[in-house]
This record gives sequence, C-alpha cells and structure tokens, in this order.
Amino acid sequence: MTVTTDSVRSALEQEPAPAKVESHLHPAGSFDVADHEVPTGREEIWRFTPLKRLKGLHADAEFMRSATSCTWNTPEGVRIEGVSGDEARALRGLSGLVPNTRWAARVLAEVPASLLIDVPADTEVPEPIVVDLDGEDVSVTEAGHVAMRFGAHSKAIVVLNHTGSSTIAAVVEIAVGDGADVTVVSIQDWADDAVHLSHHQARVGRDATYKHAAISFGGDLVRMDANVTYDGPGGSAELLGLYFADAGQHIEHRIFADHTAPRTKSHAVYKGALQGEKAHTVWVGNVLIRKVAEGIETYEENRNLVLTDGCQADSIPNLEIETGEIEGAGHASATARFDDNQLFYLQSRGVSEQEAQRLVVHGFFNDLIRQVGVPSIEDRLLTTVEAELAKNVLKDVGSLAAFGSDD
Amino acid sequence: MSKLVITDLHVTVDTEDGPKEILKGVTLTIKEGETHAIMGPNGSGKSTLAYSIAGHPKYTITGGSVTLDGQDVLSLSVDERARAGLFLAMQYPVEVPGVSVSNFLRTAKTAIDGEAPKLRTWVKDVNGALERLNLDPSFGTRSVNEGFSGGEKKRHEIAQLELLDPKVAVLDETDSGLDIDALKIVAEGVNRFREREGKGVLLITHYTRILRYIEPDYVHVFVDGKVAESGGKELADQLEAEGYDRYLSAAR
Ligand SMILES: Nc1ncnc2c1ncn2[C@@H]1O[C@H](COP(=O)(O)OP(=O)(O)O)[C@@H](O)[C@H]1O
Ligand SMILES: [Mg+2]
Repeated sequence: MTVTTDSVRSALEQEPAPAKVESHLHPAGSFDVADHEVPTGREEIWRFTPLKRLKGLHADAEFMRSATSCTWNTPEGVRIEGVSGDEARALRGLSGLVPNTRWAARVLAEVPASLLIDVPADTEVPEPIVVDLDGEDVSVTEAGHVAMRFGAHSKAIVVLNHTGSSTIAAVVEIAVGDGADVTVVSIQDWADDAVHLSHHQARVGRDATYKHAAISFGGDLVRMDANVTYDGPGGSAELLGLYFADAGQHIEHRIFADHTAPRTKSHAVYKGALQGEKAHTVWVGNVLIRKVAEGIETYEENRNLVLTDGCQADSIPNLEIETGEIEGAGHASATARFDDNQLFYLQSRGVSEQEAQRLVVHGFFNDLIRQVGVPSIEDRLLTTVEAELAKNVLKDVGSLAAFGSDD
Repeated sequence: MSKLVITDLHVTVDTEDGPKEILKGVTLTIKEGETHAIMGPNGSGKSTLAYSIAGHPKYTITGGSVTLDGQDVLSLSVDERARAGLFLAMQYPVEVPGVSVSNFLRTAKTAIDGEAPKLRTWVKDVNGALERLNLDPSFGTRSVNEGFSGGEKKRHEIAQLELLDPKVAVLDETDSGLDIDALKIVAEGVNRFREREGKGVLLITHYTRILRYIEPDYVHVFVDGKVAESGGKELADQLEAEGYDRYLSAAR
C-alpha cells in the first residue's frame, strides 16, 4: 500500500532548512523513494552490512501483511494504539526524520498504519510501557512504523521487546518534549533466523533528557541506527548498547548524535561480546557538532570482548566538529580478548578458568545493565547474558553459583 | 601439615630475542609454622618466583620441582594450586571491573572449600576481615581493586588471606608503597595468619622495614635468580647495614 507523503513534506518545508553539512556519512535525506537508489553495499553506510542476508528489505522487498504480533500494556494516562490513514500519515516525520535510505523512505511512504504511543505533557507514567513484538513467520517480509510522542515535562519508559522470527524493517520515531525525561529500550532477543533492520530517530526537546538502550542478542542479522537531534539548547542524550553475537550472527549498531543545538550533551556507551565462528559485530559512532552547537559535550565509547577465535568486531568512532567552541568531546574504542592477568588473579583464588571468564564477562556488562536503569529488565538481561555464556564459555560447566545476588 | 619444597627451579620468560632465563636454580623449603623472608634487589627475580609457584602463564618452568605436602604443584592449574592450599598476595593486584568484592570473595571461598559458605557467618567473617584491615564495609560493593589506592589493594590482599585460609602464603612485596600505619595493619594481618596452626609464609620484600613487625625464622638473600645466602633474622640486620652491593658485585 502506498500513501502520499505530501502533507508531511509541505509541513517540513515551512521550517527553516538546517545548514547543509558536507559529510559522506550523512547523505542528504528525502521522503521520495525515487530519490534513493537501491544500495550496492559499497556505500559508506552499507559497507559492513551483508545485504544478501537482508532478504531485500534494503531494496524493494514487498512489505507484506504482518506476521509479527504486537501487544502492549496501557498504563494510566497514556494512549497507545494502532492508527492509520491521515492520522498515521501525520506522524511520519514526527521526529524530524528525513529518510536517508531507500528502505526508511519506503517505510514512511508505504506502511499503512503506525503504532502511536502518546504521553501527554506533565504526565509521569508510573510503570514501563512494554510493547511485545513476537515474530511468527520469517518468510514474510514486512515493515512497521512506531511513533512515540512525549509531551513537555512528561516522564516515561518504553520497552520494545522483540522475540520470535521476523524479517522486518522498522522505523521508530521519537519526539521528546521540552523538559521531558524519556527512556526507550529496544531488546532484540530474536530467534536465530530473524532479520531486523531498524532506524530509531529521536528529537530531543529543550532541556529534555533522553536515554536510548539497544540490546541485541538474537537474530541472523540485526542492524539498528539510533539517531538523535536536538530541538533546543540543554537537551541530553544517553545512547547505550549491549550486544552478544554468536557464530554466524551479524549485529550492527550505528549511532548518530547530531548536535543541532547549543549546550546539548550526548554520551554513548556500547559494549559487545563475540563468540563463535563468523560472529560479526559492527559499531559506528557518528557525532556531528554543528556550527550552532556551541558549548556541547560529547563522549562515545565502544568496547568489545572477543571470547573465541573466528570473530570479528569492527568499531569506528567518527567525530566531526564544525565549531571550535565545545565543552568537551572524546571517544574510546577497544576490542580485546580476555585479559590474562584478570583471569590469573581470579584463578589464583581458586576460581576455575571458566568461572573466571564468566565473572569477567558479567563484570564487563554489569555497569551498563545498571545504567539502563530499568529494574524490571535487569534480571532478564543478566539471565540472557548467562544463557549466551552457556553456549561457549561455560559449555562444560555443570553447575553455576548464583550470580548477581550480592547481599 | 604444610610443607612447600622448591628444588632447583629454573624459569624463563619469552622475550623478543627468545626465552630469557630468570630463575637459575632456586632451592628452598618452607616447613609448617615457618616464615621465610626473601630479600633481594629489584629485578633479581622475586616476583618471578612468586608467580611461578602460583602458575602464571607468562612463565615457563624449564627445570626443577615444586611440591606442597608431597604433591607436584607444577602439574596443577592455577586454580588447582589455590585449592591445594597456595595463596599469592600480589605485588600489583589486578582490577576486575564490574565484579564486586563480595561476589568475588564468596566465589573464591566457594571454590576453595568446595561448597558455599554459610551465609550468616560468612557475612560476619567478611565484614570482620575488612574491618581488621581498616577497609570500610562499603568495599564489599565496589569492583575488585578498581579505584583502590595502592595501600587499599594490599590490605585487600591480606583480607583475602585471612578469609581463604591457605596452607602456605606467598606475599610479594606486600609492604612496598605502604605508609607506616598501613604497614602495621598489614603486618598484624599476616601475624594473625601465622598464629593459626601449621601455616607457612614466604615473605618477599625489598626492604627490611617490614621484618620489624613480622619476625622471620629464616632470611634468604636473592640475587640474579637464585638464593645467594641464607641465615637467621640477623642476616636482615646485616643487609640493612650493608645493602645488596656485596652480592651484586659477586654476581657480576
Ligand atoms: N617479558 C619480559 N621480558 C624480558 N625480561 C623480563 C620480562 N619479564 C620479566 N623480565 C625480567 O625478569 C627479571 C626479574 O623480574 P622480577 O621477577 O619482576 O624481579 P623482582 O620482583 O625481583 O623485582 C627482571 O630483570 C625483568 O626485567
Ligand atoms: Mg617484584
């Protein structure tokens, strides 16, 4: 199904066009699908992604009738529902997103309905809003659009929980109102065969606080772009990521903090573990500090822990600075195997090699899990890390001491 | 019973120019209840000896033997050595981010004893050990050695010694970098350990200072990868007065 996007575009055209940026990493956007060629894989933004395994999602795969069930809770004061027609159309571009890929342009133009999460101004949502997406048929290629709108000074946590088998392209647009405090967690706990291409675009209001956490364990190919722009000064974005790639998996996370306003902050921490033949992870951390963005602070960090031979972790921080007036900008990127000295230290206290490795991996992720700051999913993340470890590091260990139950 | 016997131990490390011999035939016996001090200049191979006994993968044993109560230590993995009753307090304790001290201690105790400690007494034991070493109970929730000062790291090593209760403790320069108050606290911890039945201690140090608080039964001068001279504690006084020069010129 095709819907026109004229209304969206004309609305956007009335806004002053942002200063043009010369950057091969941030190709110019357009709502018109015809403006985007089918990628070849040589483009900067596609060079790591094994396009063949995307089943045409990046190109012209039919967006079929969804085979992924979508259920949610509705805490008091929140409106959550599937909307279509004019209402859905009006939500396209809610986050300021102007698609820079063919697939995202297609999602905005062609997907008939949107899931709207609407939190009114001044509303503090008492419990996390949890949206469960459970895929039932990996042979169905499909697409989805989620629009989250958080009113000024609202406070909410949204968890998108992906399980089962899907082949899905998803655009998630997030508008964080002035002074709002918003956490969006996306858990990719797919079955082994899932293919998930997603773009999360957030617009952070003046003095607002936005936290985004991308957590990827399952799937054959998972690629997520988590982007942020700022609607006014004083906005702050924390971009967190945790991933665990097994044999044959491709997990790719890209972030883009586009400092479009002065005195804004971005802080990104992505941590990954890899195990098994041809486990491949990619992290690309783009930060752009525009001319207007004086007095900003940015820090981004990616750490990878390689548990076995045969894995590949690509890690590319990319900081582009167009103003000299910044408070602080830094990045760190490291990919390492187990530290012999850490393992030796633990083993010299009687702890077996496998148990020592397990402690180190849990330790590696622990702070990050705490930073996500959603108690109801902390235990689940610890359990999932444990299950991932059981596949390799712990495969010969029979019993495990209780972990994480610090008295 | 606890008897550590080191016989003609030869150890190399891999360097860019091939293996380099660091230990050149070390022979030493520590019987139960005995404290032996090993004193030697920097670079003489003291840490190499400690690490080799504990089984650090960086070091290659090219000759000799180490036994604990007759059991061949060198054929054991690092963790098996610890479970057999060896403990190494390291010169540079390692940071393990994200692993809390209390989780670490409980995991170690469980591994050494082969069963989880009784929760009620264990919490008391841990808090008591930390307190005796002048470490705040809040250390329990901190990551192992991360952000600890040099002195806190050393005191944390001795707290582990008390809790894990090995047969033989090798203390590698536990005294270096400590101010006098911390030195006394550490020495008291070691002395409490020595008071327990049948414990052996191999106290490696660069300075004689700690020997005023921990009185050794034997002193060995360690130079160029082997024991150059052995004697009673009067040897330490002699070293204090004369330094290592005499041994160093002899080794050249
Ligand atoms: N990887 C290495 N390559 C070359 N030499 C080394 C290496 N590791 C240790 N050594 C050498 O081994 C010797 C003994 O070191 P160490 O056991 O630490 O001495 P100590 O503890 O007595 O100061 C030193 O001369 C040191 O330089
Ligand atoms: Mg040393």
